[in-house]
Amino acid sequence: MSAETPDLDTRPSAATRSPEDPHGETDPHGDVTVDRVALAEELAGEAAGAGHAASADVAAYALGLGDDALVLAQRLGDWITRAPELEEDVALGNIALDLLGHARSLLHYAGTYDGRSEDDLAYFRDEPEFRNAWLFEQPNGDFAHTIARQLVASTYLVELYRRLEGSTDATLAAIAAKASKEVDYHRDHAIQWTLRLAGGTDESRRRMLRAVEQTWPYVDELFRDDEVVARLAEEGIAPLPSSLRETFDAVIDQVFAEAELARPEGRTAFTVDGRGREGKHTEHLGPLLAEMQVLARVHPGASW
Amino acid sequence: MTAPADLTVVENEAAQARFDDLIAQDSRIEPRDWMPDAYRKTLIRQISQHAHSEIIGMQPESNWISRAPSLKRKAILLAKVQDEAGHGLYLYSAAQTLGIGREEMMQQLIEGRARYSSIFNYTTPTWADMGAIGWLVDGAAICNQVPLCRASYGPYGRAMVRICKEESFHQRQGFEILLELMQGTEAQREMAQDAVNRWYWPSLMMFGPPDDESPNSAQSMAWNIKRFSNDDLRQRFVGMLVPQAEVLGVTLPDPNLAWNEERQAYDMSEIDWTEFHEVLAGRGPANAERLRRRREAHEEGAWVREAAAEYARKQALKQQSAA
Repeated sequence: MSAETPDLDTRPSAATRSPEDPHGETDPHGDVTVDRVALAEELAGEAAGAGHAASADVAAYALGLGDDALVLAQRLGDWITRAPELEEDVALGNIALDLLGHARSLLHYAGTYDGRSEDDLAYFRDEPEFRNAWLFEQPNGDFAHTIARQLVASTYLVELYRRLEGSTDATLAAIAAKASKEVDYHRDHAIQWTLRLAGGTDESRRRMLRAVEQTWPYVDELFRDDEVVARLAEEGIAPLPSSLRETFDAVIDQVFAEAELARPEGRTAFTVDGRGREGKHTEHLGPLLAEMQVLARVHPGASW
Repeated sequence: MTAPADLTVVENEAAQARFDDLIAQDSRIEPRDWMPDAYRKTLIRQISQHAHSEIIGMQPESNWISRAPSLKRKAILLAKVQDEAGHGLYLYSAAQTLGIGREEMMQQLIEGRARYSSIFNYTTPTWADMGAIGWLVDGAAICNQVPLCRASYGPYGRAMVRICKEESFHQRQGFEILLELMQGTEAQREMAQDAVNRWYWPSLMMFGPPDDESPNSAQSMAWNIKRFSNDDLRQRFVGMLVPQAEVLGVTLPDPNLAWNEERQAYDMSEIDWTEFHEVLAGRGPANAERLRRRREAHEEGAWVREAAAEYARKQALKQQSAA
């Protein structure tokens, strides 16, 4: 808080009050305290464990994970004011906010390698420089598509962050420890809705089946190893993506068994050759970035 | 001999006397207490309008979530719009304690039969509008709402305590957005002043018509729902804005705004109530757009709500047959 900022306290009188007794003693109805509220750590963007600069490999890795989280947060933010019920405006907004927090920590850390800020990375890179996997940039579709994408994303992220908590890189371990609890909630949300939609009405089941079918081609990319991650795995910094597949499949199989769904097979089953970590993207990322970056790019160098 | 009908009259009189007593003692009425029909109706109208305002009020701000110019601002704006959805939920719950269902209130809103604060029918063409809404609109809302924390109806007052705390955080964020813009480039300063010019008068109109033209005020004050008159609150708000505008370096767009020592109040230009009535009558810049968005979300989400209800019904049946 800057010193010249005036107090915006608008309470009508200075009745006695404490956090335990917000109504105060002098007024039977209580006075409300509208004291200054400090920004939650999450909103202020205090990066977890940020002490040392990332190496080139760690920065590349953190950038990929940060872009996954940022792009998915940007997608989910679009549901606000459009969700099927108010509780979902709150829930999807909350998930978007968590993911944005992960993105900020990861991009901040990636930027320590070459002195770029989280905003330099988010707003001033072009599409081929983004490293997110294709799953995260896929459009929201209907609510079933969003839930299918959330189910895959959060199940993968739960396994990833659990493993990353044990990273020999202290910053990645600290970011993962915080994110782990949050993506666990995201997964629970996605599972609950998968069960409701698959086991609800004929229409919701039809939509859920289609959504699973159209989401599945993007699953394999999440578990593909590359040279950078192979080097990091040797040093105990990051898990090999391929090593997360078994637990991912086990969780999905369990959810699908209860929901009476199946992983797509036969004619409808195919895999896209997702190359997000190499900067190749589907047609959907460009418009998303154009919208996200437009204002920042009109005023380069400005502070907000 | 006392006939049953007489008993009812006697009971009603006793209930009315208890209610009058509670009001006279400035105490709280709770959902299970007897209350006059008119009191109940007034509260349902006021609380549901307030809930609708929170829900519709998400739209002008959500317009900038995708384009917020820094990740920190994006996070704050997301959190703010999410808070507003939460406020709508607490307020619908408070209204439900008076015997109206949420679905009914939502229908009234999307069919255009319920009101919400007309301030949200203005548009947000620039980022600076996020600052002006926080500083002016949330600022005016706080002036209106802090006294409501002491409203005689318990669930309403308690919902307002929680809401006011979050609103004050929103106002601070709005102020900081404007401060950052005013300390920035020429283009940013122009953006900030332009937004203040557009939101200043509509925010003063949020306090409602002048006291001598406010038909429902007297009864609401007698019931301890309303505590201060519209004009008193408007004065208090302007008194709060003037020093803050100086810190920001913005000009409040009223050449006649000046402290009047004799009246111990601010002199100001006449408010253009024609505009207020136009917007209130549904002819504001975005009335149709706001309702269309709400209606679409509600209608397009119907299959999801039906699925959740059907799933819950099947689960309950399963549990029954298992028991």
